[in-house]
Amino acid sequence: MGRDGDGAPSASATDEARLIASLLRGDEAAFMRLVEQYQAAMVRLAQVYVRDRAVAEEVAQDAWVAVLKSLRQFEGRSSFKTWLFHILVNAARTRSQRERRSVPFSALASDDEGVLGDEPSVAPERFRPADAPYAGGWGALPQLWDALPEASADNRETRERIAAAIERLPASQQSVIRLRDIEGYSADDVCKMLDISEGNQRVLLHRARSRVRQALESYFAED
Amino acid sequence: MQELTCKELVELVTAYFEDALPADERLRFERHVSVCPGCSAYMEQMRQTITLVGELREQDVSPTAEQQLLQAFRGWKRDET
Repeated sequence: MGRDGDGAPSASATDEARLIASLLRGDEAAFMRLVEQYQAAMVRLAQVYVRDRAVAEEVAQDAWVAVLKSLRQFEGRSSFKTWLFHILVNAARTRSQRERRSVPFSALASDDEGVLGDEPSVAPERFRPADAPYAGGWGALPQLWDALPEASADNRETRERIAAAIERLPASQQSVIRLRDIEGYSADDVCKMLDISEGNQRVLLHRARSRVRQALESYFAED
Repeated sequence: MQELTCKELVELVTAYFEDALPADERLRFERHVSVCPGCSAYMEQMRQTITLVGELREQDVSPTAEQQLLQAFRGWKRDET
């Protein structure tokens, strides 16, 4: 699951209507299949806002309850999963605001930090200065990673470095990169889930990917 | 039209991958990458970054959470009917 874009057969409107009808009938098996499909991703996403795993699980549970309570009002204007994640993100944001006082300052990086500001994707000193020939061209060229054994997802340390780089991102960037590149949702779905414009979604994704790339580049350049 | 510098190009990579560049900008982008080994290596790094991030799925649902959700579902059902 996960990597389906818009219009994937698994998410067709009739399937969803059938699913909702089963839930309304009180079909436990149908509910548990949904839980199996979405719960892990929901908890991971809630952790962007609330960090603590146990709290994130509570947030996910609150989101499920909210979804069940408004099931009759679900109009199918967005897909079920988009609706579900939208409710989850709002629940997680509300919870994190309530808990702010107990969160260390560094974790408070404002939700807007990811879009505002003009942080370059690559450190400016990697490029030739404005007064040099080929201004704005690469100084030392980026290297291909193909030959590096570390550049494989089988490498535990590589996975840890990536996870750490993602955790250091502001919440808005984290949500976007997690939903897009880990959970595999489409740009359109993510805009709806997070209530952001297409342009902001792209900027956040770009910042996030660029920072993870930087982290990988410095890791591969070690030793 | 003025050529893109490498420094400008790296800011457009996601927009390029997302197919969000206007046609002329896209052309400029592709023209630059086709003759620039640095930028084509950079694009490759970004592609690999995306692939590697995509491998980061972990954490299964805890059995307690599953049990609690089932209880929540039963509670909802009771209130509904």
